[in-house]
Amino acid sequence: MSSVIKDIENAGMKEKIEKFEIGDTIRVYAKIVEGDKERIQGFEGVVIAKKGGGVRETFTVRKIVQGVGVERIFPIHSPKVDKVKLIKSGRVRRAKLYYLRGRIGGRATKIQDKAPE
Amino acid sequence: MVEGIIGKKVGMTQIYDKSGVVVPVTVIEAGPCFVIAKNADSKKVQIGYGKSKNTTKSVKGHIKKAGAQEDLKVLKEFACKDMETVQLGQEIKVDIFKEGSIVSVTGTSIGKGFAGTVKRHHFRRSPMSHGSKSHRIPGSIGAGTTPGRVYKGKRLAGRMGNEQVTVKNLKVVQVNADKNTLLLRGAVPGASGAYIIIRKGKA
Repeated sequence: MSSVIKDIENAGMKEKIEKFEIGDTIRVYAKIVEGDKERIQGFEGVVIAKKGGGVRETFTVRKIVQGVGVERIFPIHSPKVDKVKLIKSGRVRRAKLYYLRGRIGGRATKIQDKAPE
Repeated sequence: MVEGIIGKKVGMTQIYDKSGVVVPVTVIEAGPCFVIAKNADSKKVQIGYGKSKNTTKSVKGHIKKAGAQEDLKVLKEFACKDMETVQLGQEIKVDIFKEGSIVSVTGTSIGKGFAGTVKRHHFRRSPMSHGSKSHRIPGSIGAGTTPGRVYKGKRLAGRMGNEQVTVKNLKVVQVNADKNTLLLRGAVPGASGAYIIIRKGKA
């Protein structure tokens, strides 16, 4: 990649990113604009995918709201993602947890806890 | 002020704007260009850009008259409203553009080679299955004995791309005069590394 593009992309990247893995339960604090006011809204769920690299990297968070699955895709470096809080580390054997989409009931969000190291 | 500049397409990326929205941008390395000639009658200014390995003597002499470095690669004429303010040999940089202003970009599109009608003219495809033996053929190209020929201008397969294309109404997202870079919203014709012309558009 051209160094010119690299510089531009690096300028748009956050210096510090909270660490989290696939299968972790996290809470994303996203900035949303209501009218002319900006406030922070939390979105808590399981990280089921990470995609892309560099400034383009995104992650998908899935949660169940009133029995309906809801997924949101956040760009990691977006200024609209205020911060990410790690709630629980999960033990998974896949890089993409799309199989959770087919699950219903109590199993839908269940992920084994990561054994303490 | 000269109404345009010559540059080189670097490639595309994405940046976040002030409100945090992702903007797709084309990165362009433009300028510094040098004023080579002025034509007061047509109100145009010729500027040069780039580095050439083999400039002919006649072109070298032409550039030398303006007092610029002699190995410029691309020379191009641009409109200029106030001719008196521009001197020969003067440096033109990307700061002639402002963030948020509108520009049009002219370049040479990527060559596609000998392309069929589906790619070249957006003809519809034939069925891909169910026993169909034709998939991307053009179909009938005219009637029979009358007129007994194919009409001129009939869209057929042939060379595609590698032609001059102008894209209008591109928004300037960022201007960096120190690094001679320009960020435009959206795509620009041509391959990465190709020379392009950026002109001021109607605001």
